[in-house]
Amino acid sequence: MSTLVIENVCKTYGEVKSVRGVNLSVEPGERVALLGHNGAGKTTLMRMILGLTPVSSGKITVLGSTPGSRHARTSIGFLPENVAFHGALTARELLRHFARLKGSSNKAVDDLLERVGLSHAMNRKIRTYSKGMRQRVGLAQALLGTPKLALLDEPTSGLDPISRHEFYDLVDDLAKGGTAVLLSSHALTELESRTDRVAIMSAGRLVADAPLPELRTIAHLPIRLHVKTAAQDADTIAASLGGTRMNGQSINLTCQQDEKMALLAKIMALGATVEDVEMRPASLEELYRYYSTEHLQ
Amino acid sequence: MTSILSVTRLELLIARRNMWVATSVILMALFTTVLTLAGGAPSGSLGVEPLTLAVTSITTLSVYLVPLIGLLLSFDAIVGETERGTLALSLTYPLSRGEILLGKFVAHFLVLAVAIGVGLGITVALSIWQAGTTDMTYAPVLKLFITAMALGAAFLGIGYLVSAMVRQTGVASGIVIIVWLVCVVLYDLGLLGALVADNGGTFTKVVFPWLLVANPADAFRLINMPTENLAVLSSGIGAAAAGSDPLHQVFSLLLWPVFALFLAWLAFRKVEP
Repeated sequence: MSTLVIENVCKTYGEVKSVRGVNLSVEPGERVALLGHNGAGKTTLMRMILGLTPVSSGKITVLGSTPGSRHARTSIGFLPENVAFHGALTARELLRHFARLKGSSNKAVDDLLERVGLSHAMNRKIRTYSKGMRQRVGLAQALLGTPKLALLDEPTSGLDPISRHEFYDLVDDLAKGGTAVLLSSHALTELESRTDRVAIMSAGRLVADAPLPELRTIAHLPIRLHVKTAAQDADTIAASLGGTRMNGQSINLTCQQDEKMALLAKIMALGATVEDVEMRPASLEELYRYYSTEHLQ
Repeated sequence: MTSILSVTRLELLIARRNMWVATSVILMALFTTVLTLAGGAPSGSLGVEPLTLAVTSITTLSVYLVPLIGLLLSFDAIVGETERGTLALSLTYPLSRGEILLGKFVAHFLVLAVAIGVGLGITVALSIWQAGTTDMTYAPVLKLFITAMALGAAFLGIGYLVSAMVRQTGVASGIVIIVWLVCVVLYDLGLLGALVADNGGTFTKVVFPWLLVANPADAFRLINMPTENLAVLSSGIGAAAAGSDPLHQVFSLLLWPVFALFLAWLAFRKVEP
């Protein structure tokens, strides 16, 4: 059974349609990235999954239950965008409260605080924390009670590069344990290797939903090749391969996925005159731009 | 039940650290001490039992102070959490809005109990110190404590209701000050004006007793005032209130907390964090 099923869901606020007919499902152990501009409808979709706001039409089920039901809420771990806590409490007090609500133990709280690197500050009031530390408290509470579905809204904002890396390690562990993860982010480069599937929202619609390689195939964006040669051979090679010459001794080429092997064979046939070849498929950023803007036009 | 107690525990920690507990206790302690000591001076010559005298002055004070503390503790409870963004996260946990409200109520009720308890404790101690334990009756103090808690609970409920109906903490604080002013000052003035205009007619005999007990602050005042003191009530409506049924006063004080909490819960259910 899918952990999360979203069927033809719409949300209207007065005249504004913020989510239009979205279909999406997340399986146990799957990591899905939800991308989109500000105002694309990502947060509204998450709020509907959490039962914080009702759907206008369509249906959402979390492990077979209605959003907002006790079963659904017990199964979800949520990290909101701009997470906020009462500054007068310590991280440990707050997490123990959340643990009691989820039926977790105090020991689990201390372990989690250790895992997110906050054990040294857990008895300090949250108002003394930096933004990154608050984000870690948010993350720790989302992981409490090993949720079946983790909803993470902009989870790495405010984290430094090393903490981001550690954060994705935690997400990987969670997914390995069978948790379905749906996370939204603007930091596209860090998502490339860390998610199983990418869903892109634009103006309330889901415009893409597939693993990255599949998205590349559908988008048909060119693969970029960068060929490095000795200076004296550059012109000859550029003529034979048909690329653009750059700064004296390198040539830029583009090709489609199905032409890639033939082009590589052609380059290899040039022998020792080629010093190096770099190949770069369409990045998530390019795909995101393609799906969220060009795709609509 | 665990969820309610967990919310209560957290709210008590917050109330302690926000100095709400200290503020409430100091306010009550300061005023009760002054009133007990000041009220003790004439008791000898009048032959009135010192505790009764103190209870009368403290009742008049509590009509103002207890609703104020109740409203100050509660006005931020819901709108503050919506504004900070902490409510949305709480509601993603297996925790109902009723449980959140009850948890907060129990915590704030306990803060009130400590403040009123300390205040009255000081009164009893000072009275014993001044006049000894002979001829001392404690029943009026106990009655004052219980009814003051009910009065406080009613205004906690009203505070939550306001807190659930507005979108900004600033607006909530403004509204509760108006509510306080209306309930403890303007309401009585309005009734007084109506009494004067009616000049002993139907309004005075039929409508007025009901309107009087409909206000929890007035019901509280009437319950705790010894009858002979009614005529000299500061609000000036004491004499006309002599016909009010004590049972109605008790009902008013019991029903208001339940009614206000229920309305607050209804309003809270509509809040979208």
